Amino acid sequence: MYFDSVQEVLVMNGHGVYVWPAYLITILIIMAVFIAPLRRSNRLLTQVASEVRRANGRVISGSEGEP
Amino acid sequence: MWTFFHKLGSPPWLYSIAGAILRWLVPITLIALVVGMVWGLLFTSPDFRQGNSYRIIYIHVPAAVVALAAYYVMAIAGAVSLIWRIKMADVAMKAAAPVGAALTFIALFTGALWGKPTWGTWWVWDARITSMLILLFLYLGVVALYEAFDNKEAAGKACAVLSLVGMVNIPIIYKSVDWWYSLHQPASIRFTGDSTIDASMLYPLMLMIAAFYALFTCCLLMNMRAELLQRESRTQWVKKLVSKRDRR
Repeated sequence: MYFDSVQEVLVMNGHGVYVWPAYLITILIIMAVFIAPLRRSNRLLTQVASEVRRANGRVISGSEGEP
Repeated sequence: MWTFFHKLGSPPWLYSIAGAILRWLVPITLIALVVGMVWGLLFTSPDFRQGNSYRIIYIHVPAAVVALAAYYVMAIAGAVSLIWRIKMADVAMKAAAPVGAALTFIALFTGALWGKPTWGTWWVWDARITSMLILLFLYLGVVALYEAFDNKEAAGKACAVLSLVGMVNIPIIYKSVDWWYSLHQPASIRFTGDSTIDASMLYPLMLMIAAFYALFTCCLLMNMRAELLQRESRTQWVKKLVSKRDRR
């Protein structure tokens, strides 16, 4: 490791205030672009699941067939 | 060869193959990102002129490089969907835009944070930086334009045209540091001739560039899967997928 102490890592000779926010924001954005499509997929799958269940219920009760 | 293209046009096949790729690509990407960041932040020596601020290079350069590559993917997918009316190309184009926007934003934001200690300013209306800002607006433009249309076929066409017109910006970004007097330095890594960067800094940088390419691929595939689910939500294969998921 290049640095000797945790404090040195955080301060980075005064450049820590630039380096750490840059990495922090990057990590946050990476997390966002990773999570957004997963949440969208999950939401869609749950939506389709409830539609399928509703359709199946109708078939069983016999009042209405599938369109 | 043709059967491959035929399969590529099949949503269930694309959905499952993307899922199979993601199963190993996502862990590899995350490991590479963590290793690359820790390596760049803690295990490299500081630049002799810029000190520790140069450590931003390990996210700034990969983000910028892949932001440009993402534009190629988006524009080529747009061209393919315009010319051959391939639906999956339209899906790919729409999936690439938000990821490209995120990468361009990372490049601009980290560039500003790097500029302050190095050039003494957060922002200059410099050729390289301004053309990157235009790239961000092009990505956001494609995202917004797609949402603006109710008719998704028309939306796809408009976005494809916009991304193709925006291609003019790409050579401008590449050449901006050579054509105009610029604060931004020219590229340090060269495929022909010697790179002007030390090997101890080059290796973690290469790792991060690879990691960002993998990151883009992951996000592109995940976005495409979500988009496929939405477009195909009434089809039999999605319903089958859902019932399989329910049973687990």
